[in-house]
Amino acid sequence: MKTHCNTLYVTSQGAYLSKDGECVLVRLEDGTKARFPVHTLDGVVCFGNVGVSPFLLGHLAERDVAVSFLTAYGKFLARSQGPVSGNVLLRREQYRWADDGERSALVARCVLAGKIVNARSVLRRAVRDHADKLDAARLGDALARLDDCAARLERAQGLEMLRGVEGEAAGVYFAVFDEMVLRGGEAFRFAGRNRRPPLDRINCLLSFVYTLLAHDVRSALECVGLDPAVGFLHRDRPGRPGLALDLMEEFRSFFADRLVLSLVNREQVGPGGFTVTESGAVLMDDGTRRTVLEAYQKRKRDVLTHPFLKEKMPLGLAFHTQALLLARHVRGDLDGYPPFFWQ
Amino acid sequence: MDAAMYAEDELLPISALQHYLYCPRQCALIHLERVWAENRYTAEGRILHAVADSGRVRGRGGVRARGGMPVRSLRLGLTGVADVVEFGAVPGAPQVPYPVEYKRGRPKDQDWDRVQLCAQALCLEEMLDVSVPEGALFYGQRKRREVVIFDDALRAKTTETAARVHALLGDGATPAPGSAGRCRNCSLRPLCRPEAIRRRGGVRHYVAEALKDL
Repeated sequence: MKTHCNTLYVTSQGAYLSKDGECVLVRLEDGTKARFPVHTLDGVVCFGNVGVSPFLLGHLAERDVAVSFLTAYGKFLARSQGPVSGNVLLRREQYRWADDGERSALVARCVLAGKIVNARSVLRRAVRDHADKLDAARLGDALARLDDCAARLERAQGLEMLRGVEGEAAGVYFAVFDEMVLRGGEAFRFAGRNRRPPLDRINCLLSFVYTLLAHDVRSALECVGLDPAVGFLHRDRPGRPGLALDLMEEFRSFFADRLVLSLVNREQVGPGGFTVTESGAVLMDDGTRRTVLEAYQKRKRDVLTHPFLKEKMPLGLAFHTQALLLARHVRGDLDGYPPFFWQ
Repeated sequence: MDAAMYAEDELLPISALQHYLYCPRQCALIHLERVWAENRYTAEGRILHAVADSGRVRGRGGVRARGGMPVRSLRLGLTGVADVVEFGAVPGAPQVPYPVEYKRGRPKDQDWDRVQLCAQALCLEEMLDVSVPEGALFYGQRKRREVVIFDDALRAKTTETAARVHALLGDGATPAPGSAGRCRNCSLRPLCRPEAIRRRGGVRHYVAEALKDL
């Protein structure tokens, strides 16, 4: 099990990564070099024009270190992967469950319990901490409706009903999300989720952080031998990591969304750190991207108590732990999938 | 008993015997689930074996010692590498192999190490068509050999354990965690999560409580 939760993000254009003994050697275009020991890394993410030597790719694959290539704007391009790891019996069982609507619904309910309960906790925390700065009555209404969603989740039968409850919960949550954005005025107004492309700064930040999260969750699933493409809640679609999206659900609000909110509310990112194109699409500038990456890494090192295992661990390790608990459930060890409930 | 022979495809590593005797769940995690984690004990063992497995021939007093010798038994369905096999150690019988296995730490109360060594001996008997009466375990902490006689009881236990491991891994199911005492020193604990599986009320209760929490 990984213990460091360090991901190496390379954003310098023209950088080249090679193997130097047990280290990753990063050479920049101006000739500067830096070394990072492989055993401290659990992922390498390359943005834009960044090269990696085949020997380093092979070495990292052997050590279960995922390497992903993204465009300079954070859109996923490709990743390198070593031999398929883990247990073929586990993956076959995963596929059988994914083909079985009833079984899938049992896992999906647990995943959505994590999503809804954590979204509720995020709103509650906002009311507690900033009651004077936001419309507490509006959030109170939203909380009541999320409570109702949680109650209906327990009774919901089948995947379609579960997806219906999820859609409603997500709608309620994002309808009041703007209340939690306390700084930045008009520049950081949020009027609902949009992604392709993001049409405002908050959506631009959210999409970028979700991409980083998806990368980490996907690696965690691969490390325990699950197939990240085959989900229970998310239907198969070529090119979409369905199971990674399932497992992300519980982390979105308390990890990703709160990260974005604190970057804006603490004014670590400002309106000027973005480019608004003629089409209305919003792009992140280099400096802003760097700030977000640093904050993301820092947040992963925060130590929380795992609510099911009652064990302290850095947040970054929680992805691996959740992937492991899911694998143990699929193998019949656990009577359900215990999501990470944020308290 | 005229046991059916295993095909080469069906051979299991000799190390699985020891994993099984320590904890059947550990055996399934390693050989079915393919998980592995190192702790101080496994790392020390690995380094010790890297030295023993160097494949060199060493001679001393007319004894030829071969390191890292691959062995197998189709009768037991096992394959592995013997740390060191000495020839000429038994007076008057230069062809009789004498397996020596290197272990970190000290002799254990249970006969896990003796079973592993006996499995190597049974492999050597089958491959060389000789009888192997004894071998030795070398414990790093004591720096001395403990002689192991391959008597009928040990041979029977080894044969039976091999059959059980084949049954367990053939079945494909990972058994529940056993007695908690052994989990303390187990390197697989973070991947096995015995405490989560033993947790009272289970996951259903945990999820239901969180949903109710108004």
